Amino acid sequence: MDHHLEQQAAESEKKAVKLLGMWASPYVLQVRWALAMKGVEYEYVEEDLRSKSAQLLAYNPVHKKVPVLVYHGRPIAESQVILEFIDDAWNHRGDPILPRDPYRRAMARFWARFKQDKLSPPIWRWFTTEGEEQEAAYEAAVEQLLVLEKELAVSGKPFFGGEKVGFVDLSLSPLAYVIPIYEEIVTGGGGGGVKMVTEEKMPSLAAWMGRFLSSPAVRGHLPPLEKLRPRCQAMREAFLVSARAKVEQQQQQ
Amino acid sequence: MATAGGGAGKLKLLGAWPSPFVNRVRVALHLKGLEYENVEEDLTNKSDLLLASNPVHKKVPVLLHGDRPVSESLVIVEYLDDAFPGAGQALLPADPYERAAARFWAAYVDGKLHGMMVKAILGATEEERAAATADALAAMDTLEGAFAECSGGKEFFAGDAPGYLDVALGGFIGWLRAWDKVGGVKLLDAGRIPRLAAWADRFAALDVAKEVIPDPDHIAEFGKVLQARSAAAAAGN
Repeated sequence: MDHHLEQQAAESEKKAVKLLGMWASPYVLQVRWALAMKGVEYEYVEEDLRSKSAQLLAYNPVHKKVPVLVYHGRPIAESQVILEFIDDAWNHRGDPILPRDPYRRAMARFWARFKQDKLSPPIWRWFTTEGEEQEAAYEAAVEQLLVLEKELAVSGKPFFGGEKVGFVDLSLSPLAYVIPIYEEIVTGGGGGGVKMVTEEKMPSLAAWMGRFLSSPAVRGHLPPLEKLRPRCQAMREAFLVSARAKVEQQQQQ
Repeated sequence: MATAGGGAGKLKLLGAWPSPFVNRVRVALHLKGLEYENVEEDLTNKSDLLLASNPVHKKVPVLLHGDRPVSESLVIVEYLDDAFPGAGQALLPADPYERAAARFWAAYVDGKLHGMMVKAILGATEEERAAATADALAAMDTLEGAFAECSGGKEFFAGDAPGYLDVALGGFIGWLRAWDKVGGVKLLDAGRIPRLAAWADRFAALDVAKEVIPDPDHIAEFGKVLQARSAAAAAGN
């Protein structure tokens, strides 16, 4: 296409596609990576979630959350729904996000849900608790990570999507950069602590993490880790303080 | 009726009659005119086939296409559309935005309404159950709005004929209609949510619903059994 026409097309696309997001949200990040994979131009709007904009509340009255993708003025919410939308709306462009084969599509959808239902909860519990509760959460998280490890190992492919990043890789993506941060914070950065994903126990997953972070759509599109670390640290501390206060209250009754 | 084509073998569904998730899949299979073997699982004594086919969750429904298992009801419903494009009607619409809207609301049914319904009858305390009941009523109000938005004044969420979202919520019709007996309130109150109540009657009147959706009285009985089990377990602690 003529360069001038290309520019016009990109500008007009940017007006048609808007993303409401927040810099630290892994769900927003997944959507940004998917849009990058399809080469879609868009306007990005940073939301302050402590003071939600009228626009956000109007576009996502049901959940009041980010990400929200607005396409020609019509909003789409929920990251998994948005990822499928991006694949559907731009299916003639770039690589497919979901596999084309019906059975592999079903498997991709299954593993994306697995992450939400089985994996995220124990990882979050591990990060926000201490003592016995934390130990139990750790065991639960490792059990589920080993399920993923087996899936990837058996496939023998570099990504869950096969040769290239796909739907499941995007859905699992927070693991790639959040787990190392959590590991540092939980063990106090002093070393000798408990790691969740090690090359020893989960060689395929460990390799996938590095590979995913250096893939074209992801590389250079990470949240500022130096801002993310203190934010995660503050979250853990807030949860621990609140839990300890509850225990004290109960003991005093 | 179309036979299970796609070159990959016969269809078998591992299910349990009270499960709204199983009912969804059965509705989808019927709407697409697909033949399948219906296997009733005893969930207190799960079969080896179920445990082998869904080792991650050990739950129903599981669809076996030949020897390949697909789990998670909405994943199965989409799979049926993808694997059998010529069979019966397409459950998801062709337009990307409409597909997204259907998926969004189906996720709402699973993520919000279902959880509230479970807590409303199986919550450990009366307060929990009352709070969940209020939440469930509010969720039905939200779905009333969704119906107006999606149906565009037509009979079903998907328009003139039932589609993905009708199937997603339709699987719950037995439970929704039995709720005044199980949960003590009317979830499908025509005074409060007229459009959704009318949709529920229309859906229940479909041939497929008559074949698949359990009788509200059976559901009510089963609901009481679940409540008794849950109360006994709580008392035993």
